[in-house]
Amino acid sequence: MALITFREALNQAMDEEMARDENVFLLGEEVAEYNGAYKVSKGLLDKYGPHRVIDTPIAELGFTGLAVGAASVGLRPIVEWMTFNFGLLPLDQIINNAAKLRHMSGGQLSVPMVIRGPNGPAEFLSSQHSQSFASYFAHVPGLKVVAVSTPYDGKGLLKSAIRDNNPVVFLEAEMMYGMQGEVPEEEYLLPLDKADVKREGSDVTLITFGKPVHMVLEAAAKLEALGVQAEVIDLISLRPIDEETLYKSVRKTNRAVVVDEAWPIASVGSHVAYLISKNCFDDLDAQVEFVSSEDVPMPYNHTLELAVQPTVEKIVNAAKKVLYLD
Amino acid sequence: MSSLKKYDKEFLTGLLYDMLMIRRFEEKAGQMYGLKKIGGFCHLYNGQEGVALGTIRALDLKRDYVLTSYRDHGHALACGMDPNAVMAELYGKITGCSRGKGGSMHMFDAENHMLGGNGIVGAQIPIATGVAFKSAYEYKLGKTKDMGVTLCYFGDGAIHQGAFHESLNLAAIWKIPVIYIVENNQFGMGTAVKRVSAVEDFAVKAEGYGIEGRTVDGMNVLTVLEAMKEMVEESRKTGKAFLVDLKTYRYKGHSMSDPAKYRTKEELENYKQQDPIVQLKTDMIGAKFLTEDEFKKMDDEIKKRVAKSVEFAEESPEPPLHTMYEDIYAE
Repeated sequence: MALITFREALNQAMDEEMARDENVFLLGEEVAEYNGAYKVSKGLLDKYGPHRVIDTPIAELGFTGLAVGAASVGLRPIVEWMTFNFGLLPLDQIINNAAKLRHMSGGQLSVPMVIRGPNGPAEFLSSQHSQSFASYFAHVPGLKVVAVSTPYDGKGLLKSAIRDNNPVVFLEAEMMYGMQGEVPEEEYLLPLDKADVKREGSDVTLITFGKPVHMVLEAAAKLEALGVQAEVIDLISLRPIDEETLYKSVRKTNRAVVVDEAWPIASVGSHVAYLISKNCFDDLDAQVEFVSSEDVPMPYNHTLELAVQPTVEKIVNAAKKVLYLD
Repeated sequence: MSSLKKYDKEFLTGLLYDMLMIRRFEEKAGQMYGLKKIGGFCHLYNGQEGVALGTIRALDLKRDYVLTSYRDHGHALACGMDPNAVMAELYGKITGCSRGKGGSMHMFDAENHMLGGNGIVGAQIPIATGVAFKSAYEYKLGKTKDMGVTLCYFGDGAIHQGAFHESLNLAAIWKIPVIYIVENNQFGMGTAVKRVSAVEDFAVKAEGYGIEGRTVDGMNVLTVLEAMKEMVEESRKTGKAFLVDLKTYRYKGHSMSDPAKYRTKEELENYKQQDPIVQLKTDMIGAKFLTEDEFKKMDDEIKKRVAKSVEFAEESPEPPLHTMYEDIYAE
């Protein structure tokens, strides 16, 4: 095992897949000569040249749509959005074309592509650059949606996403690119449709995905100090949702807290809370708690922006509530 | 007008047959729509046949591609799609080209390189640019000696979408072999071009993207064919993109629900005088490639073929309910 950063893990995944398959190419703003806005594509231009690592104009609708077309005839584009906040401009190409070409053609076409980049709140960026759009994509049949939280998951999942024959929306986070973790030296792939139990426990199930996984693990450590063993589930796949892993855990702990850094209404978190409430109704000893961001745009002020989002304290309190410890 | 002399009789007869097939097919589609056999949006191609045939006959569909908007029946047939599969798709039957999931706006035939049929105005422009990008990609990696060319059709209404602007720029900077074809029928639904466009001559827009623009009479199929052949060959060798303003006219409303009250009868009649089918027919008779009797025979044969497609669609089964879960994800 080597200790590497999240950005290095993603870089290795793209590097290995580009070496393996000449049809894989990367395009996006600043991915080539600048080596990536977050340096995720560092070195790839030197290795694979300008025909396969392509700097684009600032035209997300155009280059994302171009990638959809290229994928529909057999190439395997990786589209980097500098941030998912810019991903609203090409949303038509993702929802109406990437997700629908196979359907509208009666199964004649497929769209093997990856759309990746940072999603979710960062720091000091105000309301247009600090928001999670996971549910926008998870809502759409025809897409696969994956959120990653560790270098190990990032590498194994990105490799699988690149090899998948469907459009995969791959959610990263700005705040995680420098985060370190252990990654095997040898090649490995991870399944796109499975949740991962990040911590085992018997008293309460804490469910989340993406960057908040780390905050939830911190909350679990705090709960342990109170004598509570929390199980932490990282959803990873937001479409499809690995319901089996979820229900198995909740049927063991009988209590669930869902954490999502997005707004509360019609979010991935609210849907997961609904699924558990409906399908584990007889197993629950308390109603499902849901910790989301406040239902407001993100303020620039640091005190306010931290207060808007889920915190370790909010998660611990929600766990206490379902355990009747408050 | 172009001379018929350089073409052989068989080729011209085929061209006339294919245009007439689209005309009769569309007339029948309109009729079946009236009988409520076909639902939803249905945009007919009557009047624009010279565009589809003149452009698509300039291609080699083993390597070239076609993508268009929702007014796609004509391109589908011109690409060699089976009229049965197109009519059955209009009927929403399981035997339709898209298994009853696409309908009028989504005709696809991957084998014949007809890649749709797109329902969002202008959204096919980046997709087509990406399809052509594949040819450029393989060429740049040294896998091919020249490139497949993609024809991307859209109406004059789509010119003002951002997708148009972004795509033309990409095609120019990356030398993508794509030919953008404005099927300029002069109305974006009910809105006349001049009411919504600062520029009426769309060919001049090409200059702003560093590509070449041309204006072509879309009512004469041979004029279209000759202009296209030249552009396709150049694009194939160099990856040069073109923007072609093909002046044409649709005889029917925007869709079946549109009575087209925004234009005069005289205007419509004036265009019918330039009808692409009548033009070719008259020229062929003049050149002694065709007689009225032969034309009548051809027309009867086509009408029978179209009637057969209706029969096929009528007799085809509805899609079983479980098929709603199919064709969403690839293995």
